[in-house]
Amino acid sequence: MMAKPAAATKGETASNQRPFYAKFTPEQLKEALRRMCLIRRFEEGAEEAYMRGLIHGTMHLSIGQEASAVGATMALRKTDYITSTHRGHGHCIGKGADPKLMFAEFFGKEEGYCRGRGGSMHIADVESGNLGANGIVAGGIPIAVGAALAIKKQKRDDVALCFFGDGATNEGAFHEALNMASIWKLPVIFVCENNKYGMSVSTERSMAVANVADRASAYNMPGVIVDGNRIEDVAEAVMNAIARAREGQGPTLVECKTYRTRGHSRSDRNRYRTKEEIEEWKLRDPIGHFEAELVANGIATADEVAAIFAAADAEIAAGIEFARNGTDPSPDDVTRDVYTPGNPA
Amino acid sequence: MPVEVILPKVDMDMATGKIAKWHVKEGDAVRKGALLFEIETDKAAMEIDAPADGIIGNITAAEGAVVPVGQTVALIYQDGETAEKPIVAESIPPVRPITPAPRPDAVTTAVLPAASASGHFPATPLARRLAKQGGISLENIAGSGPRGRIAAIDVQTVLARPAFPQPAEEGGFEVIPLDGMRRTIAQRLTLSKQTVPHFYLTVNCGLARLSEIREILNAQAPRDARKLPVWKLSINDFIIKAMASALKQVPDANVTWAEEGIRRHRNCDVGVAVAVEGGLFTPVVRAAETKSLSQISREMKDLAGRARVRKLLPSEYQGGTTTISNLGMYGIEQFTAIINPPQATILAVGAGMERFVPIKGQPVLRTQMTCTLSCDHRAVDGALGAQLLAAFRTFIEEPALMLA
Amino acid sequence: MNAPVRELTYAQAIQEALAIAMEADERVFIMGEDIGVYGGAFQVTGDLVHRFGEDRVMDTPISELGAAGIAVGAALAGSRPILEFQFSDFATLAMEQIVNQAAKMRFMLGGKVSVPLVMRLPSGSGTGAAAQHSQSLEAWLAHVPGLKVVQPSTPHDAKGLLLAAIDDPDPVMVFEHKLLYKMKGEVPEEAYRIPIGKAAVRREGRHVTIVATSIMVHRALEAAEILAGEGIEAEVIDLRTLRPLDTATIIESVKKTTRLACVYEGVKTLGIGAEISALIAESEAFDYLDAPILRLGGVDSPIPYNPTLEKAAVPQTPGIIEQVRNLVKGRI
Repeated sequence: MMAKPAAATKGETASNQRPFYAKFTPEQLKEALRRMCLIRRFEEGAEEAYMRGLIHGTMHLSIGQEASAVGATMALRKTDYITSTHRGHGHCIGKGADPKLMFAEFFGKEEGYCRGRGGSMHIADVESGNLGANGIVAGGIPIAVGAALAIKKQKRDDVALCFFGDGATNEGAFHEALNMASIWKLPVIFVCENNKYGMSVSTERSMAVANVADRASAYNMPGVIVDGNRIEDVAEAVMNAIARAREGQGPTLVECKTYRTRGHSRSDRNRYRTKEEIEEWKLRDPIGHFEAELVANGIATADEVAAIFAAADAEIAAGIEFARNGTDPSPDDVTRDVYTPGNPA
Repeated sequence: MPVEVILPKVDMDMATGKIAKWHVKEGDAVRKGALLFEIETDKAAMEIDAPADGIIGNITAAEGAVVPVGQTVALIYQDGETAEKPIVAESIPPVRPITPAPRPDAVTTAVLPAASASGHFPATPLARRLAKQGGISLENIAGSGPRGRIAAIDVQTVLARPAFPQPAEEGGFEVIPLDGMRRTIAQRLTLSKQTVPHFYLTVNCGLARLSEIREILNAQAPRDARKLPVWKLSINDFIIKAMASALKQVPDANVTWAEEGIRRHRNCDVGVAVAVEGGLFTPVVRAAETKSLSQISREMKDLAGRARVRKLLPSEYQGGTTTISNLGMYGIEQFTAIINPPQATILAVGAGMERFVPIKGQPVLRTQMTCTLSCDHRAVDGALGAQLLAAFRTFIEEPALMLA
Repeated sequence: MNAPVRELTYAQAIQEALAIAMEADERVFIMGEDIGVYGGAFQVTGDLVHRFGEDRVMDTPISELGAAGIAVGAALAGSRPILEFQFSDFATLAMEQIVNQAAKMRFMLGGKVSVPLVMRLPSGSGTGAAAQHSQSLEAWLAHVPGLKVVQPSTPHDAKGLLLAAIDDPDPVMVFEHKLLYKMKGEVPEEAYRIPIGKAAVRREGRHVTIVATSIMVHRALEAAEILAGEGIEAEVIDLRTLRPLDTATIIESVKKTTRLACVYEGVKTLGIGAEISALIAESEAFDYLDAPILRLGGVDSPIPYNPTLEKAAVPQTPGIIEQVRNLVKGRI
């Protein structure tokens, strides 16, 4: 269920002369909308399945953050890497993950991306460059820098894109990783989805600076702030950062100001914010905005948009069905894959 | 279709939820997002919002109800729908977390050996195993370790089995290290002398008849394929048979001593002392009373041969209900032997000597063998021992009686 | 084997292994603090930076956690990094990446990746470096499934185990002992590997098995020599790998000798000796034990600064001799 779409922006630079609309074809733009819908429907489907008690553990939903996820990943190649966070379902779909295999993972089935061993916080699809969601805040940041180091050593012109939240920028690993990425001029793009809250503690209360991007200068790299709910803003900033990285000019920090309309996890009581705040951000819904832009600029018709939504619905429903019928792992296999076979272990 | 209002899972490991408070009632109009009810949890109460616009109906869980996760607790009717009859919503059975079945090979409780049922005998695992293999109960073994712990060496001492090499003792002079056999002999016989109340009975046995019969039997031994005699009986073979027959005749003397009771054995298992380099073994002829002289002879040759090269199995030299020790071949006229516990008797056999004995007042030359029976007075009293020895003598002096 | 045999120090043997690996495979590189022109805190990397360049012998800032994470990421993306910790104690700063990431990636991702990462850690006491620079933490790390942990005790093994670790597709932690870096030993010139997970019987004996690690192997051998003069023959096993443990070799030996002593520098309580004792008690060797299992390990305190106390905090040869003698003589 969508909030009413925000009015298309008028009176600014004609949207289709922006670099965003210049670089991507209509097909690519509709694909981006499709992915955003897929993420939204995926999160809602996962939420419903969880509420019905079908999913073990907990999950961290990114409803409201679809523009940063798709905007940042749409300019990446398959050989580029991403690392993600505990709130990573959107990043995975943005990087091309198959929702039915993600659902299978949530249901703990062998058909899942991690054969049921990882769950929501450890979704990965290494073949398409997704080095994984990570259950440790800031855990993926040095790893992304390491992937960038390997890229440079192998003389590839790929990049590593690192997703993390505002809370992660207070971890030591963030500072160590940015410092080393900078001194070694590594091809990494740091994308912060600042949704204003760690778990329950706001950035005002936990961060010494007003913006995450303010930290970039401490590590001698550009720090860019964008509206995380407008896909064109995110994509353009990330495209610039990717170009910088591929040309050997080193890392960039892109801060996407955004918001998660759901709680931190399923057990969040939302006592740290007001309903008014949540409602206000719902009006800036990223999908509603992009949908309106596409229609206003003649890139997609209303029917096409409706069809995209319907297709996303169908794909998610099929994915859940696929997952429910999956294979449960056997307890006999509990220690499988701790080590690589064929070596002493 | 009415929209279901379910009780959602909100915490990890949540299987049911308790409705703490309803904020609406049947028939109320609600907008999507409006507060419907609160769930009580370990943390703060969780507010649950309406998933759609409409009219609340079919509230199936009241305040205070405990409901499985995923179950429908109310319906929201959209425009134009009416609640005709209560729609029984399919309640999705809550998924129970999978708990693995306890593995069958979990901890097994140790079973104490029966021998320790009467008390605790601290012993190393190796000592226990050796004792069990050797057929010895731990209570019969003195422990040399701290707090009286029985170690393998203590068991080996009792079993006279030189299996595990022990580190050599160091000393300033020429020291012959004690091997397992020496230790065992030392420990057992010291124990015997110190704890068994020995008494001794002596008889002289005439050998004339025995010698005759022996000669006849040996001369007429059939020949085998290699033209060798199938048997060659020795005097010792007769002695073994005679002792077995005597014990059969005096069964109360066919006993071994134990604290919980004297064991009267059904068979006469006769141990025979065999000297080997560095010590001695006593291989046992089992159920000797049922065996013929040639059988006994064959067995003894085999057992003695293997004893001398230390190739006997423990089962071949353990047990026994009596022992015979024959030092006649060394010219010893008479001696007393030390009982091997838990046996109650041991027969010491001397050499056949020519003597003049008075028969009807006249000195007559006879060949006699002096035999001394040591008895454990706890199990065998004087009269019983005397009966046994007398029976033995009878069988020696008239071997044909052993055929009856 | 006709290859020439000559003597190198433990540190030189490690350096030789690093050079061999880097020459053979361009994916291999080293990172650590002060390993470049400085040559490494214990002079292990020496002049490697001049031979292979700064790209392959990388000095990092003092950022153990970040460096460990970078090493993990590089390993995931096709490199074969060797991360040097300046002191094993500093691995504590990197525990997040070692334990939560490197050790678990393969498993959490359903077996679809491997993390071919090697970490080298100078470890142990005896240099007066005091509590925060003298620890033996190998048992901590060996407790984590997904890691492999080795402890070479000789120059020969230091080279062979390191080459095997570099080959291994899973994360391997190599605990080197600081007091061994200057030790000399025979080291063949060619490349060879010591299999991970295989212990070595350094001395045969009939009366007691001594299982030892790292520098304690040498003290156990000294003790064995003295005890032999008393007629006590000790069999000394050098574990070489803590995880996976070579249980078969230990079991066979204990079945032969019937007595077991474990000698190790890590804190005795909850250390590797505790694991070995339990393993033996659960195995078929249990029925061959003729004495309690003896553990000689570090005392329950941080390593003291004062040299007398520093020595008293970990097993030394005279103590090993006395305790093993008591064990064999049935006094324990």
